[in-house]
Amino acid sequence: MLAPNKTFPEDAGGRVPMGAPVVEILSADKVFPNGTRALAPIDLTIAAGEFLTLIGPSGCGKSTLLKLIANLIEPSDGRILWWSGAFDRVGSSGRSLAFVFQDPTLMPWARIEANVRLPLDLARMPKAESSKRVADALSRVGLEGAARHYPRQLSGGMKMRVSIARGLATDPDLLLMDEPFGALDEFTRNRLDADLVRLWWERKLTTVFVTHSIYEAVFLSTRVVVMGAQPGRICKVMTIDEPHPRDESFRNAPRFAEYCRALSAALTEVSLQQMQG
Amino acid sequence: MRPLAQSETAMTIAAPLAVGLVIVVLWEIVCRTAQVPIFLFPKPSDVALKLASDWPSLLAALWMTLRVALQAFISAIVVGVLIAFLFVQSRAIEKSFFPYAVLLQVTPIVAIAPLIIILVKNTQVALTICATVVALFPIISNTTLGLRSVDPGLVNLFRMNRAGRLQTLFRLRIPSALPYFFGGLRISSGLALIGAVVAEFVAGTGGRSAGLAYEILQSGFQLDIPRMFAALFLITLAGVGLFTVMTGLSKLALGQWHESEVGAEA
Repeated sequence: MLAPNKTFPEDAGGRVPMGAPVVEILSADKVFPNGTRALAPIDLTIAAGEFLTLIGPSGCGKSTLLKLIANLIEPSDGRILWWSGAFDRVGSSGRSLAFVFQDPTLMPWARIEANVRLPLDLARMPKAESSKRVADALSRVGLEGAARHYPRQLSGGMKMRVSIARGLATDPDLLLMDEPFGALDEFTRNRLDADLVRLWWERKLTTVFVTHSIYEAVFLSTRVVVMGAQPGRICKVMTIDEPHPRDESFRNAPRFAEYCRALSAALTEVSLQQMQG
Repeated sequence: MRPLAQSETAMTIAAPLAVGLVIVVLWEIVCRTAQVPIFLFPKPSDVALKLASDWPSLLAALWMTLRVALQAFISAIVVGVLIAFLFVQSRAIEKSFFPYAVLLQVTPIVAIAPLIIILVKNTQVALTICATVVALFPIISNTTLGLRSVDPGLVNLFRMNRAGRLQTLFRLRIPSALPYFFGGLRISSGLALIGAVVAEFVAGTGGRSAGLAYEILQSGFQLDIPRMFAALFLITLAGVGLFTVMTGLSKLALGQWHESEVGAEA
C-alpha cells in the first residue's frame, strides 16, 4: 500500500501528496455560537500513511481543527470528506477513527484491560476476539503487566500509554491525537514519542497530531502544518524529509537541529504577523 | 506496610472505644459520689440493669422503629433515584421540580407528621411516609449531581465510539454517579432513623405507636428514667449500626477505585 521510503512534497504548490486521501478538508471554517471565529476556511488533505502535525500558538484553532477531523464538531461552512465520502459512511465501510485526548481519559472504576476494551465492547465485538486485541494493544505499549490494575495505580506516563493502547485496540485507519504528552515530563515524553513513531511505522497508521513542542513535531512528523491565530488558519506547511523508522539518533543529528530552527523561524514569523495585526 | 495498617485499624476502633469507656466510668463515679437520684439522672449501671431486665420489650420496640426506618430508607432510595433520573433527562424538568424537593427538605417533619398520621389510617405506613420524606432529599440531590458529574472527555470518547444511550447510561453515567450516590446513602440512612423516631413521637402522643420513641415517651410519663436512657441507647446503637453498614457497602462498591475509599496507600 505504501512505499517504505515515502516522502511528501510541499503542499503549498497545490501538489497532492502520495497515498490516497484519507481526509479532505474543503474550505471548512468554524464560527462558534458566541460569534468567535475559531477557524478561517481551511483547505488541507491528509494522505494515507502520513504523520501530520498541527503546531501553532495557543488559540490558533489546532484543537478545533482536530475536532473537525474527528467529527466531534461540525464545520460552520465548507465540507470535510473522509475516504472521499461523508462521515456517516465511515462506520459502514469498516473504517474507524481513534482519538487520543490531552488527558488519559480513563474510567477510574474499570481495570486497565476493561478501559482498553471499551471501544471494542461498544462496537459489540465478541469477547474472544476483543481479549486478543486488548492483549496485543497492551503489549505494544509495554503494559501487558498492568492489565489487572486500576488507573490510579499507574503513573501519568503509563496512563497515557493505556490511552494510546485503547486507540490502537480498534485497529484504526486514522489516529487523532490532541497534545497527548503535553502534561508529561520531557524524558517520558521523548520515550513515548519514540514508541509512538515506531507504532505508527509498524502499523502504517495515518496520524494527525497536535502539539506545542517544536522538537516533538520535527521528531514525529512527515509533514508539519504551522497555524496562526485570529482567526485560526494555516500559515505554512513543512515537510520533514527524514527516513523512517526514526530513533533517538535522529534527535542528535544536525538535520534535526536544522528542521527545528526552520520550524521555530516559521512560528516566530506567525506570532510577529499576529502582533502587527 | 502491614503492621502500620493493622495498628491504624486498631486505632480507629480502640481509640473511640477508650474515650467512651472513660466517659462512662466518669459518669458512674460522678453520679455515685454526688448521689444523684435515679429519677433525675441514672448511673450507667442502672441503665445497663434496665436494659438487661426489660430486654424483650425494648428489643421489640427497637425492631418496630428499625423496620420503619429501613422501609423508609428503601423507599427513599427507590423514589430518590427515580426522581434523580428524571431530573437529568432535561434541565427544564429539574428547574421546574427541584424547588419542590427543597421545599420538602426544609419543611420540619414534626410540622407535617400529624397531618400525614391523620390522613393515613395505617400507622406503620404513616410513619414510613414521614421518615421517607426526611430521608429523600440527600438521595435526590447527590444522585442528580453524580449523574451530571461525568468526565466530559469520557463523554466525547463514548460519542466517538458511537455508544448508544443505554450503553452510555450503564457504562458511564451510573458508575460515575456511584460515589455521590453512596455519599447520599450514608446521610440518608441516618435521616431515615431520625425521621422514624420523630414521626413516632408525634404518633405516640396519640397513643398509636409501639417503637422506641414511644417507649421513651411512656418511660418519661412513668418517671422510669433508666428505661428512657436504655431506649435512647438502642436508638443511637441502631443509628451507628446503619451508618456502619452503609460505610461497608460503600467500601465494597468503591474500594477498588475511588479516592475516598482507597485510603493512605503509598
